[in-house]
Amino acid sequence: MSQSLLELRNVSMSFGGMRVNDDISFSIGKGERVALIGPNGAGKTTLVNVISGDLTPSQGAVQLAGVDVTGLPISDRVDAGLIRTFQITRLFKSLTVAQNVALAVMQRKGLTRQIFSSPMDRPDVRREWERALGTLGIAHLADRQVSKLAYGQQRLLDLAIGLALEPKVLLLDEPAAGVPSEESSKIIEAIDRLPSDIAVLMIEHDMDLVFKFARRVLVLANGKLIFQGDPAEVTHHQEVRRAYLGSYADARHAS
Amino acid sequence: MTDRTMVDGMSAPRLTLPLELRAVAITLALGALGYALFPDDLAFLTRLISIALLVLSLDLVTGYCGVASLGHAAIYGVSAYVVGNACLAGHSDPLLLLLVGAVAGAVMGLVSGALVTRFKGLPQLVLSIAVGQLVAALANKLSTLTGGSDGLSGISPGRIFGIYAFDMYGRTGYVFSVAVLLIVFVVLLRIVRSPFGLLCQAIKDDGLRARMIGARVYPRLVLMYGVSGVVGGIGGALNAINTGVVGLDSVGFERSAEALVMLVLGGAGSLWGALIGSIVFQVFEHYVSAANPFHWMTMVGALLIAVVLFAPKGLVSLGGLLAGRTASVLRRRP
Repeated sequence: MSQSLLELRNVSMSFGGMRVNDDISFSIGKGERVALIGPNGAGKTTLVNVISGDLTPSQGAVQLAGVDVTGLPISDRVDAGLIRTFQITRLFKSLTVAQNVALAVMQRKGLTRQIFSSPMDRPDVRREWERALGTLGIAHLADRQVSKLAYGQQRLLDLAIGLALEPKVLLLDEPAAGVPSEESSKIIEAIDRLPSDIAVLMIEHDMDLVFKFARRVLVLANGKLIFQGDPAEVTHHQEVRRAYLGSYADARHAS
Repeated sequence: MTDRTMVDGMSAPRLTLPLELRAVAITLALGALGYALFPDDLAFLTRLISIALLVLSLDLVTGYCGVASLGHAAIYGVSAYVVGNACLAGHSDPLLLLLVGAVAGAVMGLVSGALVTRFKGLPQLVLSIAVGQLVAALANKLSTLTGGSDGLSGISPGRIFGIYAFDMYGRTGYVFSVAVLLIVFVVLLRIVRSPFGLLCQAIKDDGLRARMIGARVYPRLVLMYGVSGVVGGIGGALNAINTGVVGLDSVGFERSAEALVMLVLGGAGSLWGALIGSIVFQVFEHYVSAANPFHWMTMVGALLIAVVLFAPKGLVSLGGLLAGRTASVLRRRP
């Protein structure tokens, strides 16, 4: 068993009596690639918000590399290497593409306390944001203001910011959803080339991508974790098929 | 916003030096222009500069951090009172008084920032008004320190560097004020392009995203409030030094509201916008209120509506547009 980087213990999240996440436990080890799937409204994004610290769970604990982070603020979790991307892109729209990534680099290096230096020309900072933009093929957009980017390009930038933060655990919330195929292939490539020792949890609807990416699949339905295991088995699992896969599982089964 | 990036040159590190030199040149040119246009009314210009510093100070929290404030005159006024008292107590070196004002402003900024930035949206705005009103009420009550409704008077600062005395025409005061504005402006140009300044703009754009890159949002906002306090404090100090009196109007709600109006007029989120807004508003006020003392506020209202309709990002965006057009016209020529 590999060392556990992210572990959830009996996590429940309720909003006014409604249980959106119900007694969820799983752990993700170093280098693992795990997909979290489930029908709309199953509680996937809520779970990501609980893990990233945007929400505090009603019950249970979140552990990062063996340390309980349940009550810790978001920024402490980011320092510990827990990084997420967003389903609906959240970027610094009045800044340029390069500034968005550079800010992430400078934050990680503890440079954002500096109030009198020019940030972008530092060679070590510049090297890093250039590399992150290059990895996602958007280096040519460096000086473009974010509010003028196409949606697919914004998704690429969102991931570039994530990479620049050097994650140990990376949470990807539907990284390729609504993205034109040209950009989504760049996103998939970038995910493929992530450092092998980091743990990745990806929420995704696109089952082709899930089967391509994941070595393990978690299935969430009505807030409960109803399955975790090998991607090959997920399509055979009766409950999962009922809850979610439907025609896709049948089609795959038939072929 | 593009205009801001263009104007401040944040995306072009190569332009760092020329940008600051440009700022120095423009400020000096404006200073000379002011002197040429209003040679007999330098008191108006020094007051304009003092208020411009308040508007710049407000821009740092409102334009760069997205914290709307209608109580910013608290910083300005407290500093003016502290400076007035220091001078009356015999510390009359103008540079020392500026320092005293900056420190008083910083303290006031940090305290109100610590309170106001805990909240968001309307509660934040109301809290900023409450801070302003509280300070205004205290200024009225603590008459031993503030002179109450009579104000503090008889503030007579000494010579600058022990050489240049403040003359009755206000020439020394004017040159002094232009120099202070110039230094503050250039320093601020650097601060808003620093990693800290960029982070503040990022927090304004999306606070949750800023947290998700690891930023501690609250301390950064409080720190920017502190910087804003220094700038507003210097403005208040200049007011006390140049006019020799400090009255309740310097802490009042009207001062805060006018500063916000000037900022919106010029363009929040741009230092040039703050400067342009405070110049245009006050020069407009100067002329129009002299021409028509009863209806000048109506004219100011009309001007504001026109700006909000045709240049919602403030006058500075028109400047950027103009510069862009000129540049493209020049480029098209063979």
